[in-house]
Amino acid sequence: MQRTTMDLWVGLFVAAGIGALLVLALKVGNMGTYSAAQSYTLMGSFENIGGLKPRAPVKSAGVVVGRVLDIQFNPETFDAVVTMSIDIRYRFPKDTFASILTSGLLGEQYIGLAAGGDEVMLKSGDKIMKTNSAMVLEEMIGRFLFNKASENKDGKN
Amino acid sequence: MLPRRIVLGIQGVGHRVIESVWRLGRASRFFILMLMKSGTSMRRFRLVIREIYFTGVLSLIIIVVSGLFVGMVLGLQGYETLQKYGSESAVGTLVALSLVRELGPVVAALLFASRAGSAITAEIGLMKATEQLAAMEMMAVDPMARVVAPRFWAGVISMPFLAAMFSSVGVFGGYLVTVVLIGVDEGSFWSQMQSAVDFRYDIVNGVIKTCVFGVAVTAIAVFEGYDAPPTAEGVSGATTRTVVTSSLAILGLDFVLTAFMFRGMS
Amino acid sequence: MKSENLVEIKDLNFSYGDRAILKGINMTMHRGKVIAIMGGSGCGKTTLLRLIGGAVTPSSGSVKVAGQVVHDLSRDELFQMRRKMSMLFQFGALFTDLSVFDNVAFQMREHTNLPEAVIRDLVLMKLHAVGLRGAHKLMPAELSGGMARRVALARSIALDPLLIMYDEPFTGLDPISLSVIGSLIRRLTDALGMTSIVVTHDVQESLKIVDYVYFISEGVIAAHGTPAEVQESITPFVHQFVHGEEDGPVPFHYPASAYARDLRMGGSVA
Repeated sequence: MQRTTMDLWVGLFVAAGIGALLVLALKVGNMGTYSAAQSYTLMGSFENIGGLKPRAPVKSAGVVVGRVLDIQFNPETFDAVVTMSIDIRYRFPKDTFASILTSGLLGEQYIGLAAGGDEVMLKSGDKIMKTNSAMVLEEMIGRFLFNKASENKDGKN
Repeated sequence: MLPRRIVLGIQGVGHRVIESVWRLGRASRFFILMLMKSGTSMRRFRLVIREIYFTGVLSLIIIVVSGLFVGMVLGLQGYETLQKYGSESAVGTLVALSLVRELGPVVAALLFASRAGSAITAEIGLMKATEQLAAMEMMAVDPMARVVAPRFWAGVISMPFLAAMFSSVGVFGGYLVTVVLIGVDEGSFWSQMQSAVDFRYDIVNGVIKTCVFGVAVTAIAVFEGYDAPPTAEGVSGATTRTVVTSSLAILGLDFVLTAFMFRGMS
Repeated sequence: MKSENLVEIKDLNFSYGDRAILKGINMTMHRGKVIAIMGGSGCGKTTLLRLIGGAVTPSSGSVKVAGQVVHDLSRDELFQMRRKMSMLFQFGALFTDLSVFDNVAFQMREHTNLPEAVIRDLVLMKLHAVGLRGAHKLMPAELSGGMARRVALARSIALDPLLIMYDEPFTGLDPISLSVIGSLIRRLTDALGMTSIVVTHDVQESLKIVDYVYFISEGVIAAHGTPAEVQESITPFVHQFVHGEEDGPVPFHYPASAYARDLRMGGSVA
């Protein structure tokens, strides 16, 4: 094997390898759509976050606009403080509504942002005031059963 | 006669234990010596480039073809299961996450062990059996620096590239089957995948795994070759041991690394 | 210069574990001579070469090459020393992944900073000396046994060593290749002023080319002398060896218990 041919092949190999890594990073992963370098943080307090986990997506109108960075428990107010990192390109009004939603019936949980109509935009480090907690399946089922039971009781009487 | 047989049995166990501890010691000594002698391969990088050709480039075909098929099977199986729950658009996520986190590093490393690792062992073992290493030593050239270290570094460099190609070709295979053949929506295939696969968490961890596997497989391969008895049976035995030991090492290390990397998160 | 001893071996003992391989060997080898070391298979001849090359350390005694005690040298000094000696292995030990040209050029590229043009000329000269200049593009797998041995010879003279050791250079060669190698050893030794140590059990070929012969049997020097003395020798071992007789001091039978008892004769077993 000639030296130059071997060099050519090894060069192609390394280029293809780096190419594959780039494909993984940009096309398969979220490097292309979101990067921690160009983002700002928002906070939100929730009564119950359900199964929300760090790195869960933050969506607005179904589009991923950021990610959950951190979840802390606030021992004074007894609620959960969620820190989100939001893409710098997307700004949200002051009266934006944040709720914890579930994709599909059993899918992962994410934060949905519904923009309000305020003129003033949220700045980095601001707190979203209007939040809606996660739907906890057990509570929902419990409420449903309770309602059913009381309906039956009404029907009998 | 029974006590004698028991004594012999215990002796056999003792012999094996002592033998394996010896081997382990020799292997660690060998590994440290090789790292110390790696200066030459860094200074004369041409030696490493040559070995990248033999370990990396020649493993390409098996890696790419297997990656494609693994991705296609993942796509098919994933679709079959996910469509029962009406979430067939998550098939991209399934394919990408399984490849990037587990199957890419592990299967590529297993293939690499049986394709390149066994070749390295056989080559070094044969060089030893035909006195080429002794001849080199007599020519005042250290075989550790000239033969062993370049092969080691070539393997360590090739492995992450091979695994990355395996994963990306696999994702393409999954795309082919689910989007092109079955007709899952292309947009949701990619967007679900991108929203679920995190660069730092999934891809970087996968690459770290492949680097560890690359070190383990090539270190085992060069050691087995260098330690092989200089006979035909010795070399063939060493080649088999390379594949068996490095496969076990890959799977064991994968468990340990996964436990450290992905513990308690999503 | 002529009288200077290149290799001096004094009271050399060597054993593998409990098994003594060499017992009290004394040898001196003069510059510019071809010295043969003969003996039956497994008598420790190759070990002796490995001791001279510094690949193994003697249990006691000393090996001096060019005035330096080989086994007292540090690894770097040993590698310096080895540039002055080279070894021709039994089957050539050519690097199978390099061409004939690259095999011969190997040491020049490893140990010198000569420009590629000079290396090319030197390699072709060395290959010409063994008559294989035309084969420089071939790979070792394409060579016959005799040709591979000749390439290995060209490779071992690449850096003009003071000392070349040949480990069984005549094994497995046809009569033509055998005499080619034999006369090459003699001619190169004379032309380059080297010293050659030939370990062999090929009596007829080696007696034609060597200056001095040592016979080793069971780890000791059984006899030594010039080829003429050896051929006339009446020492039983040398006589048996030189004339290739089947039985003599080297017994035909491996040591064993009495034949009759092994076959369970003599009525001791029913």
